[in-house]
Amino acid sequence: MKLLKTLMAGAALVVGLGGMAHAQDKTKVGFVYVGPVGDFGWSYEHDQGRKAVEEAFGDKVETTFVESVPEGADSERVMTQMALSGAKLIFTTSFGYMDPTINVAKKFPDVKFEHATGYKQADNVSTYSARFYEGRSVIGHIAGHMTETDTIGYIASFPIPEVIRGINASYLAAKAVNPDVKMKIVWVYTWFDPGKEADAATALIEQGADIIMQHTDSPAAMTIAEEKGILAFGQASDMKQFGPNARLSSIIDNWAPYYIARTQAVMDGTWESGNTWDGIKEGMVEIGEFSDKIPADVQASATALKDGIVAGTTHSFTGPINKQDGTPWLAEGETADDGTLATMNFYVEGIEGEIPQ
Amino acid sequence: MIRLEPRTEPSRAMIALTPILAVLATMIAGGFLFSALGKNPIEAIRMIFWDPVLGEHAFYYRGQILVKAAPLIMIALGLSFGFRAGIWNIGAEGQFIMGGVIGAAAGLALYPSESIFVFPIMLIAGTLGGLLWALIPAYLKIKFNANEILVSLMLVYVAFNFLAGMVTGPLRDPDGFNFPESRSFQQWDAASNPELIAGSGIHWGVLVTMGLVIVAYILLTRHIFGFHIRLAGQSPRAAKFGGVNPNKMVAICLGLSGALAGMAGLYEVTGPAGKLTTTFPLGYGFTAIIVAFLGRLHPIGILLAGLLLAVTYVGGDVIQANLSLPKASIQVFQGMLLFFLLAVDVLVHFRIRFKRGL
Amino acid sequence: MDFSAISVVSLLATLMVAATPILLAAIGELVTEKSGVLNLGVEGMMIFGAICGFIAAVETGSPLIGFIAAAAGSAALSFLFAILTQYLLANQVASGLALTLFGLGLAALLGHQYTGIKPPSSPKLDLPILSDLPVVGPILFNHDYMIYFSILLVAGVWYFLKFTRKGLVLRAVGENHDAAHALGYKVIRIRILAIMFGGACAGLGGAYLSLIRVPQWTEGMTAGAGWIALAIVVFASWKPWRIILGAYLFGGVTILQLNLQAVGVDIPVSYLSMAPYLVTIIVLVIMSADRKRASLNAPASLGRIFHASN
Repeated sequence: MKLLKTLMAGAALVVGLGGMAHAQDKTKVGFVYVGPVGDFGWSYEHDQGRKAVEEAFGDKVETTFVESVPEGADSERVMTQMALSGAKLIFTTSFGYMDPTINVAKKFPDVKFEHATGYKQADNVSTYSARFYEGRSVIGHIAGHMTETDTIGYIASFPIPEVIRGINASYLAAKAVNPDVKMKIVWVYTWFDPGKEADAATALIEQGADIIMQHTDSPAAMTIAEEKGILAFGQASDMKQFGPNARLSSIIDNWAPYYIARTQAVMDGTWESGNTWDGIKEGMVEIGEFSDKIPADVQASATALKDGIVAGTTHSFTGPINKQDGTPWLAEGETADDGTLATMNFYVEGIEGEIPQ
Repeated sequence: MIRLEPRTEPSRAMIALTPILAVLATMIAGGFLFSALGKNPIEAIRMIFWDPVLGEHAFYYRGQILVKAAPLIMIALGLSFGFRAGIWNIGAEGQFIMGGVIGAAAGLALYPSESIFVFPIMLIAGTLGGLLWALIPAYLKIKFNANEILVSLMLVYVAFNFLAGMVTGPLRDPDGFNFPESRSFQQWDAASNPELIAGSGIHWGVLVTMGLVIVAYILLTRHIFGFHIRLAGQSPRAAKFGGVNPNKMVAICLGLSGALAGMAGLYEVTGPAGKLTTTFPLGYGFTAIIVAFLGRLHPIGILLAGLLLAVTYVGGDVIQANLSLPKASIQVFQGMLLFFLLAVDVLVHFRIRFKRGL
Repeated sequence: MDFSAISVVSLLATLMVAATPILLAAIGELVTEKSGVLNLGVEGMMIFGAICGFIAAVETGSPLIGFIAAAAGSAALSFLFAILTQYLLANQVASGLALTLFGLGLAALLGHQYTGIKPPSSPKLDLPILSDLPVVGPILFNHDYMIYFSILLVAGVWYFLKFTRKGLVLRAVGENHDAAHALGYKVIRIRILAIMFGGACAGLGGAYLSLIRVPQWTEGMTAGAGWIALAIVVFASWKPWRIILGAYLFGGVTILQLNLQAVGVDIPVSYLSMAPYLVTIIVLVIMSADRKRASLNAPASLGRIFHASN
């Protein structure tokens, strides 16, 4: 009897339970976060996006979220549960949710899924990410001007294309204004471990770095920079409160416009699967306010660079650029195509060290 | 003054009553917690305990409870034998990891074979991985008298770093853009441990776990091995005279628990987790220790304890999403449940006496 | 590749900062274990201390009050463990794991309002001439007060265990609780005090993390430091002075690999991180194999439940 019930339940799931969710006036939108919303980095900014959706639509939407969801089976359950309880749109905000998102999407053809930073799409699964590298060009430009030791420290998480792209973009922009600039890179193999990030920042400072950039999620490096009296940039969120003197500017992830637009599309029934990769122009990447420490002319040139990126006249990767081993990559005036950027696994010429394999 | 007086025999009534008592106490304390957080306590408690089992979407959750419970029960069953004999393997997390890694490595070596032998080979490799990893503390205990609690715990960290090294190195998916994870086993039919009945959550690991509960029950109550185990735990000297070789006991108990933990790891990697990542272990090996004790080291008790904990995991996600409660509140709630369960256990073996003075 | 770029002086100075949280937690756990109790809840107590200290320091503006609150808070939390294991005779391993879960959750709940705040900064030792000395200055005379306190604490524990009568009693309880009980010592009371001392130290370690080393509050910020502390106790084979060595070794491996990377050396991070644990196992095996030195080994009653039958 119980087996029969289970079997029937299974069958029901297969035929598509998306339709079973109750009709509601409110559009339910679910968010799945990989970290705590209080991380002041990645998950925090996604939650800001969720709040913006609530604000924009008021009574017409109902948002739910679950935080610190481990990638894998647990995330699949959380997504299914959201779909079962009537969510029409679900944002899954970590790369590791890729396969679970695809799996759950198959079971709920009527529910739309949005997966951040992944590369697998389906009829009801879109992917989206931000061109953070554009922001990195701007802060790299500032760093190149501001460093006195000609050494920039970079705290990197995992050697994935996203992170490597950021390193290359920052380096190219810094080198363009300061040919002597060097970049010291430390891989911490974690997205979030404040203690380790703090240690990495300290190690970089000891190696002569006077500006810290990071591609990890906590504001630990910023607090260390503040304490040691050097400079740093906010990552993911502004982080000004952690380093009022140290912070030069920041790259802010602003998911709000995208989340609002996609929610609107679901409400209007115009949602379509796609792959969005937005940058500064669309407002998905924001450059935080410049600190007074940055001289006026540098502020002006950084703003010009930013405006150029927005206007499409400047690209973070414009030739001539050689790969690290000296082989040519981009010819004079040529710009990198998205395909190469999305799978980037090489350093550009001038960066020392090897990408860990 | 309150005194504890040992009972001559464990109280049967209390064995049945204490878990209920603990759950009730947790509901009350948890109710205060949730109302302090500004939520309706009755609704919250209902969502944790009722909804996953009998609520509207329970047809889905019931399967998920099995998915969460199976590895906990499988590992805890293995541990329970050793715990009964006074052999403390607290490194099941490490054996779980090694089972996953070695099993996955064996499978990936055969990629992209579609032979029906791929999964069985992985299963054997994973089980052996866990077994051998657990035999390290066994060997060091037998040969050098090194404390197995500490060695097995240290080996968890070693296993974890080994896993990290593997997924960022040799076992990394060559087509995965350097992300620290292996190829997907879910999408490779020969190596996958799929849901056997769609939507039910039941995979091979769940079925094997159910079988193991029965085997363990028979072994413990009807077999000479179970007798020796119990003897070794209650009176090591008597066991020695009874012909039980303590060294052999150490090797068997650690090996058995390691093998089961390794097997659970392999089922997890090929099934629910789908691939090898640094986050796949999820602390199952440690939680299983709690499950073993909550189940009073008895197969049926472990089954129930595993299911109960799994309900709170699934229910915890339900209230998080529905009531916008932070994850932390569910951790606190689970912590209280464990505290109460451990605390009331005393009533099984002891009687409370109220006395004046000392 | 330029190894000379790594300054040993600053490496040692940083290493001391990185190692202090685990050092504090480990010396507390050592005392707990010496009394025969294995408390696996160090991680939970540390993070609870981290938030208690953070809240108190932010609210009062005084790091000192922060550290006191951290010690008190975590000692109170460990008292739960003490009740469970000493009065209610629950299994120590299971109770310790439950304590970690509970502590992590409770800390995150309390800390909800305290993310994104900077704590008051802690004063550093600044002796006129000494702090400016080359080499010795940065290593010995230019730290925050907690680093000196942590070393004094180790010295205090060493003195207590080795030379005082109470220390002797504590060790006796850990070696053989039945015999100690027969001699009239209050086994349970002594163990509860030892557990709470362990809790207080773990709390200080956590607060060091949130007030000095990082310094900020973020959920889950201990990131496994409590588990490392447990390993260090074993590595030190329950000898107080070796706790310092162990903590600096475990902390040092991380610092060293980050510094090696910063100068451009390619190193296998995971395998290097494994090394201290393997060394710990080897130390443990050597200590255990030598039966003549059995007294140096794990307290004989470690993890065993005590119930006075009369």
